[in-house]
Amino acid sequence: MRRDVFQAIADPKRRAILTLIALQAMTPNALADHFDSSRQAVSNHLKILTECQLLKQEQSGREIFYQLNPKKMKEVGDWLEPFRNLWEDKFNRLDTVLEKLKKTKNGK
Amino acid sequence: MESNHKTRIVADAGKQELFIIREFNAPRDLVFKAFSDEHILVQWVGPKEMNIRYEKFEPWAGGSYRYVQSLPNGMEFGFRGICHEHTAPVRIIQTFEFEGLPEKGHVVLETTRFEDLPGERTKVTVQSVFQSVADRDGLVQSGMESGVVTSHQRLDALIDKKMIN
Repeated sequence: MRRDVFQAIADPKRRAILTLIALQAMTPNALADHFDSSRQAVSNHLKILTECQLLKQEQSGREIFYQLNPKKMKEVGDWLEPFRNLWEDKFNRLDTVLEKLKKTKNGK
Repeated sequence: MESNHKTRIVADAGKQELFIIREFNAPRDLVFKAFSDEHILVQWVGPKEMNIRYEKFEPWAGGSYRYVQSLPNGMEFGFRGICHEHTAPVRIIQTFEFEGLPEKGHVVLETTRFEDLPGERTKVTVQSVFQSVADRDGLVQSGMESGVVTSHQRLDALIDKKMIN
């Protein structure tokens, strides 16, 4: 099944999971302690995040730890870029307007 | 002269707010004026392929505003809000609502702060507080879409495609 990264982070609980795992690698049980939802629900979120490659699994003895995949997270960071470009466009126009205003002010 | 200032967007995961931060090579009084005069605002607000007109602009506590953006093909989008505070030259607080949303009740509280910087420069910080994380992310995503569809020609191309398929 194809998983979309942006769909994955559209869910607030999954974003909360990412935030926690960003602080330190965690086991599913340790993670579940932070949420009201069932362990099953948390493990389902982990499954989706792993399928999107936002998380990586690491075996340590009998436990599985989840950690962030920084490369994929960088891609998600770029989701703001088009929105930023919109504002950059506006503010570049404002730069030009301000230059004109400065001249009129000095001309007076 | 173009300034080399870069716009920064801060939108932490899972939060209901976002910040838009930018510096300008102009004194604070002037930058504040550019945010306070409808004749100046129309020169820079709104995506570049759109026309913008103010139907109402009352920059004082309790006043309100409404502006309409229109595409060359005649499509129009209305935005409105109430001015809560307009304190020259430091702060503007207002609500912001896109009239085109499928349901009512998704209002943003927008605070714009103007800070003096050395050398006749000004730092502008816009803080937008949304009613939910989903509202915030939805707005960012919509910006994404209109960034992709940069002209109505592209929109037309999409419509053509749909007709072919």
